[in-house]
Amino acid sequence: MTPNAVMDILQVTVLVLVAAGATLVVRTRDRVRLVLVLSVYGMLLAILFFVFQAPDVTLSELAVGAIALPLILLLTIAKVRKPQ
Amino acid sequence: MTPRQRLWLFAVAVAGLVACYLWAFAGLPGFGDYPGPYGPAILKRVITETNATGVVSAVNFEYRGFDTVGEEFILFTAAAGMSVVLRQLRGERERQSSPTDDAANRQVPATSSAIRIVSLLFVGPTAVIGWWLATHAQTNPSGGFQGGVILATAFFLVYLSGEFIVFRRLSPIALLDAVEAIGAGGFAAVGVIAVAMSLPYLYNYLPLGTIPGAVSSSGTIAAISFLVGIEVAAAFLLIIGELLEQTLLRREGSS
Repeated sequence: MTPNAVMDILQVTVLVLVAAGATLVVRTRDRVRLVLVLSVYGMLLAILFFVFQAPDVTLSELAVGAIALPLILLLTIAKVRKPQ
Repeated sequence: MTPRQRLWLFAVAVAGLVACYLWAFAGLPGFGDYPGPYGPAILKRVITETNATGVVSAVNFEYRGFDTVGEEFILFTAAAGMSVVLRQLRGERERQSSPTDDAANRQVPATSSAIRIVSLLFVGPTAVIGWWLATHAQTNPSGGFQGGVILATAFFLVYLSGEFIVFRRLSPIALLDAVEAIGAGGFAAVGVIAVAMSLPYLYNYLPLGTIPGAVSSSGTIAAISFLVGIEVAAAFLLIIGELLEQTLLRREGSS
């Protein structure tokens, strides 16, 4: 296989994974679980950017999408959670 | 309108959307094809003009530096807004009649030693990587923003290892406020200094160094990247620290 073919397969695979991940994020109803799914989705997006040769965006997405945003959401959920 | 009519209306709209979508799709350039003039133009001159081999940083902090100032202040405003909204006003107290703990009988699990050890192990390397990224934007595809968020992550790891008090002591709010202001203001100031020298705003007036890709090269690009790095790290720590404080206060007040 030529390097180009490998790259094509990788890119298509990652695109499909990201589409599946986004669907999963939208379909998840439980808030805490949603945050975890969102974090995994951020990770997938980071891989997408890496495969499409944007390592700088990968680093940002990794830190913001996979860590900081889920952390902010988790803290907010903990703060506003209704008494059970 | 009967459901049947509504369905027809929907069908017409969807048909129109699909037709327009396919039409637009047929006119797309090929995958990876870039017909614009800017990419090749910048690639041709960036290293000779700036001595920066981190071309993305050169674009961010030099060729479109003015846009980046704006983006910088988005984060600055977010952190400032957060502090303003969540601040404690004079004479304001946490409501004592606030409901008791949401689930008073829940067991708060102690942080497992696996998590403590792993997160503490990663604090040092994460901080080093963040710092390195923020200070090496001119030599490789990194930059102040990436470096800053990763630097902030090192502090979150301290919190994750169960050490909120250490986290707070390592990142006192007054210090974060100052660092954030210095970072954001410094970026703008680097540009204003150029104006004072009768050069265009954000003109690269610092010595560019002689070796392309050396750490000491690229003049204002390296300086701005560093300032952005500390600003972003401080802003993220402020935002998340503020949220942590809110959550913990609530727990403490109600337990």
